Amino acid sequence: MEWALLIEQTLNGIQFGMLLFLLAAGLTLTFGIMDLVNLAHGSMYMLGAFVGATIFLWSGSFILAILLAVPLVAGIGILVEISTLRTLYQRHHLDQVLATFGLILFFNELVQVVWPLDGLSVPFPDYLNFTVPLLLGIEYSVYRLMIIGAGIVVAIGMYILVAKTRLGMLIRAGAADRTMIYALGTNIRLLFTLVFGLGTALGALAGILMAPILGANSGMGEQIIIIAFVVIVIGGIGSVRGSLIAALITGLIDTLGRSFLDVLLAFFIPVNAAEAAAPAISSMLIYIFMTCVLFFKPQGLFGSQTR
Amino acid sequence: MKSKITLVIAMCLMLIAPNAFSATVKLGFVTTLSTPAAVIGNDMRDAVELALEHIGHKMGSVDVEVVYGDDEFNPQKGKQATERLVTQDKVDIVFGYIWSHVLLASATTVLDAGKILISANAGPSQLAGKGCHENFFNISWQNDQTPMAMGEVLNQRGVNSLYVIAPLYAAGKNMVAGVKRTYTGEIVGEDMTKWPDQIDWAAELSKVKAANPDGVFVFYPGKHGPAFIKQFQQSGLSGQVDLYTVFTVDSISLPRFQQAEMSGVLGSTMTQFWAPDLDNAANKKFVDAFKAKYGKYPSFYAAQSYDAVMYIKSAVEAVGGDMSNVDGLRAALENADFDSLRGEFSMGPNHFPIQNFYSREVVEDSDGVWTTSVRETVLEMHQDVYAGECSM
Repeated sequence: MEWALLIEQTLNGIQFGMLLFLLAAGLTLTFGIMDLVNLAHGSMYMLGAFVGATIFLWSGSFILAILLAVPLVAGIGILVEISTLRTLYQRHHLDQVLATFGLILFFNELVQVVWPLDGLSVPFPDYLNFTVPLLLGIEYSVYRLMIIGAGIVVAIGMYILVAKTRLGMLIRAGAADRTMIYALGTNIRLLFTLVFGLGTALGALAGILMAPILGANSGMGEQIIIIAFVVIVIGGIGSVRGSLIAALITGLIDTLGRSFLDVLLAFFIPVNAAEAAAPAISSMLIYIFMTCVLFFKPQGLFGSQTR
Repeated sequence: MKSKITLVIAMCLMLIAPNAFSATVKLGFVTTLSTPAAVIGNDMRDAVELALEHIGHKMGSVDVEVVYGDDEFNPQKGKQATERLVTQDKVDIVFGYIWSHVLLASATTVLDAGKILISANAGPSQLAGKGCHENFFNISWQNDQTPMAMGEVLNQRGVNSLYVIAPLYAAGKNMVAGVKRTYTGEIVGEDMTKWPDQIDWAAELSKVKAANPDGVFVFYPGKHGPAFIKQFQQSGLSGQVDLYTVFTVDSISLPRFQQAEMSGVLGSTMTQFWAPDLDNAANKKFVDAFKAKYGKYPSFYAAQSYDAVMYIKSAVEAVGGDMSNVDGLRAALENADFDSLRGEFSMGPNHFPIQNFYSREVVEDSDGVWTTSVRETVLEMHQDVYAGECSM
């Protein structure tokens, strides 16, 4: 195995992990604190991609696209929370699944009405569209490095918010025992709306950042949201730290599995069989990992014990 | 009381309705009309509508009606749409199908009902070989053939080492098997990706970089094609490694490339059984009319769909519009006597075409629009490799 390839794939894994973290952080907050199963989180990611891409194509400034689209989509998220989701908090999880699945269908159709059917193709910003030489002769995409950087910045910001601020204290308390903070007189409605808006903003940011790589497409949210749910289950529902670590592990397992599983399997079974089996097994790896985590730690890696 | 009588009359009318309208041929067309892949399905539907216009909505003396079914880019949904066409709409012939996995899931529904099924795109090996059926016809190509032609092109160009990337589903497997059949150089790496979920190829492109081959062979139909090519160019591979594609760059994706000013695709080579500038009268009429009506070049999906309508027309006319004469229809379809857009071809014993495959290149036309142009014949009157396994 070549070290250069291993390092490059590790970077790819971390980049995928950072994308998952941006999605999972919002998801774990809404699930952990509001006890809301929000399948439509992927729709916010998709909206982020579309709105961000539109502003970028119109203005030519990627930074402006991020600065405008994140609050815009967060606003849409808050509207959805106030108009639709607020009535569902006391309901059964299955009702929430049904309602938010309906939102997915609604938003998927909406973007097909507003934007072209086959979505938007988004160019890379010129100043990030090149590769830099790293050690061992690796040439790595600056854009993907920027995504890793953005993930780190968000992770630090979330740490400060959750660990050092009053809002963060309420978030942690809400994740541990929702009823108690309600009883202590916190304006729970406002807290929920703020948390939901924050989660949506992070999802939208993920969407904009991925738009140049993947384009903006109707239905792009569903492909990633399942994995984001796997991440929050592994990390422990309600834990931002857990979602960061679980996202990185999941990203690495998925990417490294796709890259090296055939080589690894070839040590045990014939090369032909290994090459045939590897794609199927590598797409299952993260689910196998989730099962193992749940077997030993049913609450997830950093799950609250009080729930 | 009065309303009850009305109801009874209405019910009687519904009972006799199928007989009353038996002078109409009803065709079911299954394609993708929702999800982003609907851009392909819409192109096919446009071509079917154009064909109907050209024949005046008549096949011989009978009126023809096409009912569309949406497979939602999903084998299960495709099977359900097919079932609706067969049992509810009671169509005489089912045709269409972009995706091999959708066709494989839906085929038995039509064939078990004793009806004729015609693929206007998907050509999975299963239906060409052991699983061939007397009532199944393919009017496009068998999946392996186009990449086999590409393998020949790679040999001619002296590509000594090749990296293969394709999605993991029925057609992807056929494409990889196809290129391996004819390519004589060394295959230094192969990746099959999850379909249609995987849209980020960072890991695969890193492996390509490490393997450093002469060329990369890729099959990504639909919206995956432009996404892959963009990531390929961004990864720093373009210029170092040549990209060879099948069914990845087409008239649907080319306007997108042009819009994004990705001039890297100009001059790139692919193989195909047809091209918009293939020189014959039927093709010229089709391409001109399509461009006039829809303001864009037709894709190969559109050409095949148009061809399929003309193909069915030749059979319906042969039996004088008597759709219950399945033996007669079958015999006429085996003859395949109509002016195809691809020019000369014949129907093989396994009901897959025996035809030419050409190399074609992305060029700018006289109006500055990016399109594909035919270069040379790579495989002449080529029969698919599974025909021998078929016995019917």
